[in-house]
Amino acid sequence: MVIKARHKRFILIGIGLALVGLAAMLILNAFQSNMVFFYTPTQVDKGEVPHNTGFRIGGMVLENSLKRQDDGLTVHFSITDTAKTVPVVYKGVLPDLFKEGKGVVAQGKVGPDGIFMASEVLAKHDENYMPPEAAEALKRAQEQGSTSLVMPK
Amino acid sequence: MIPEIGHFALILALLVAIMLGSFPIIGAARGNAVWMGFARPLAHVHFYLIAFSFICLAYAFAAMDYSVAYVANNSNSQLPLQFRIAAVWGGHEGSLLLWALILSIWTVAVSLFSKHIPDDMRARILGVMGLVSVGFLLFMLMASNPFERLIPAVLDGRDLNPLLQDPGMIFHPPMLYMGYVGFSVAFAFAIAALLGGQLDAAWARWSRPWTTLAWVFLTLGIMLGSNWAYYELGWGGWWFWDAVENASFMPWLVGTALIHSLAVTEKRGSFKAWTVLLAICAFSLSLLGTFLVRSGIITSVHAFATDPRRGVFILAFLVIVIGGSLALFAWRAPAIGRGGKFNVVSRESFLLANNVLLAVAALSVLIGTLYPLFLDALGFGKISVGPPYFDAVFAPLMAPALFLMGIGPIARWKNASLPELAKRLRWAFGISIATAIILPLILGNLTPMIGLGLFLAFWIIVTTVYMVSQRLRDSDQALLTRIKAVPRSWWGMVIAHLGIAVFTIGVTIVKGFESEIAVRMVPGDVAHLAGFDFTFEGVKEITGPNYSASKGQLRVTKNGVERTVLSSEKRLYTVTNMPMTEAGISPAFIHDLYASLGEPLSDGAWSVRIYHKPMVEWIWFGCIMMGFGGLLALSDKRYRIKKRAKNLAEINLSKVES
Repeated sequence: MVIKARHKRFILIGIGLALVGLAAMLILNAFQSNMVFFYTPTQVDKGEVPHNTGFRIGGMVLENSLKRQDDGLTVHFSITDTAKTVPVVYKGVLPDLFKEGKGVVAQGKVGPDGIFMASEVLAKHDENYMPPEAAEALKRAQEQGSTSLVMPK
Repeated sequence: MIPEIGHFALILALLVAIMLGSFPIIGAARGNAVWMGFARPLAHVHFYLIAFSFICLAYAFAAMDYSVAYVANNSNSQLPLQFRIAAVWGGHEGSLLLWALILSIWTVAVSLFSKHIPDDMRARILGVMGLVSVGFLLFMLMASNPFERLIPAVLDGRDLNPLLQDPGMIFHPPMLYMGYVGFSVAFAFAIAALLGGQLDAAWARWSRPWTTLAWVFLTLGIMLGSNWAYYELGWGGWWFWDAVENASFMPWLVGTALIHSLAVTEKRGSFKAWTVLLAICAFSLSLLGTFLVRSGIITSVHAFATDPRRGVFILAFLVIVIGGSLALFAWRAPAIGRGGKFNVVSRESFLLANNVLLAVAALSVLIGTLYPLFLDALGFGKISVGPPYFDAVFAPLMAPALFLMGIGPIARWKNASLPELAKRLRWAFGISIATAIILPLILGNLTPMIGLGLFLAFWIIVTTVYMVSQRLRDSDQALLTRIKAVPRSWWGMVIAHLGIAVFTIGVTIVKGFESEIAVRMVPGDVAHLAGFDFTFEGVKEITGPNYSASKGQLRVTKNGVERTVLSSEKRLYTVTNMPMTEAGISPAFIHDLYASLGEPLSDGAWSVRIYHKPMVEWIWFGCIMMGFGGLLALSDKRYRIKKRAKNLAEINLSKVES
């Protein structure tokens, strides 16, 4: 069988397109299944969060909420957006800049008892700096607070 | 007074850059030799002015002039001198000045080592680099002037971010910027070729060493950053898929594709348009990286600045550079002409496949980095994709690329035969498969990912060894003579490819076999990990130049024999009141032992994290091998100056041919 130069070029282009298509599928699929959404403590309180997959919450660490279990590694604290608070449990060493009254972001799932089980706690590296998610949560809570003054339930 | 002189030098540099960006290019278009001749002296003056300005800023830091706003924000009188100098690029304004300085260094280097390039080509290259400089200097003078005064002056500065007070800060940013900005040379070569209509093997040969050098700097810069993150952030990670890391990784992926595509353009005259497009993309991604890191659009560890006005300026600059060069490409590319023909199975098509894979990989990183920003900017809420996405995408994209790395250098140019390749490589394939299965079984953990990673690494090693033995056989000469007879650029490729294999082994082993524990320890407690016993010896209080710290020691023994002592510190930087962890690491060829102090608990106890990281050092050693391979290729005979006369003759010959 003789393959003409033109056919060869078609084969090359065909292989190339198939590969690019495959890569695109792969990327989109990976993207879809690895997106982590962000929710505020108010949304968690209302139950507007996914139950099977993990997500992120952000806000401030509530003052005087930090408690350690006897093993010294499991910690309990609450994240607040000033309107609602969510209790969080985390086993591990907290980041350097984790402090009560400061911004924090946690990633994990809500357990059946309503406690957020964090697999990761993030606090960024500047004491004046608020993680964008935490800032967003406080902002939304404030906006909702002001509208609810106009339209009380 | 000195900051004002520095500011004035910067204004003069802008005027010189405008001249550099106009006269030589117009001169080249009109064939005016005098105007083209301006390029070289202007490039020198441009460099002197920016270097002078940079020294002025460094002097303000060294002399603790806190009437300069930028100095007051990023330094402190308690900061040791080496960090006060490194603090010059510790913030937004100063790192832009470093960018401009490095650009002027590359420009002057091109003007010095381009005597063999035709006058009009050189004039255009230097002119394009001048135009890029105009953009950056304009940006600095309009939106982020490092010399701005602070009135009234403060008594002392606000200190450099403690995270940056590390030797890594002295070397990592300049090295990374040398790489980033180095792609501006490849970009300028590409634009000059489009403007002049000369795009042939000679052009590729001139452009190649510059691109390789930029790639070497970028490789080593990324490696330094990864190593720095590993020991500085205190939890043993070496790559985080952080947006700032991605910003440096995207130009690296495209730059890697570019150096391979340039090789095809030089040797075979093919891939011309693709090469030009890659050169434009590599530099555009470098600019995008600067935009991502420096506009504060992603607030991460590295982004110190938050000012939307700057973001808009960089965005406009980006649109002009990328849009302009792509428009020029669309206009002039049809005139480039077709390259040499090649078969479906040939070294060209293997290299093309690798190029496409690298480009798609860069695209996947781009999507993962930018898409969350888009959603956020459009008000669809905040999402993050994080490491799982990149891991899921990267392994399937890089696996075929690494597999092709074993075949490409062995396949013939133009027309290769698959059955013949299969026959030549069947032993290499068998050995790699066997090793990839047996080795993890001995180590006690065989998973598909470990098997795949090791297979690919051994595949590269075995095929490379096969290739070297083929190249060196069939001669009566002594081995050393035969080694010397092979061009250095070929040896450079061999070492860089082996570097990829070493890197892959490191990544596979550390991901597959690492272990960690977090424990509460009182002095005298013993923790066990990976067959080692870690005895906590308590914490001492110490005082550093600008911090106080608790220093904890862990004595490491195995079967009662002392191996090493790990000391980790929990520092509190007094000026910023920021805590920082310094990890205690014992690096070794086989494995690293890594410990970091957590928090003080009740009764003198501390929480302590201990990590066992097998073969993690191989990751960075692989990168060093890649960099060394690149340098070896640069020292090749044909790039050396004394061979210039001969080169010129060859180049003229190839001009006639095309």
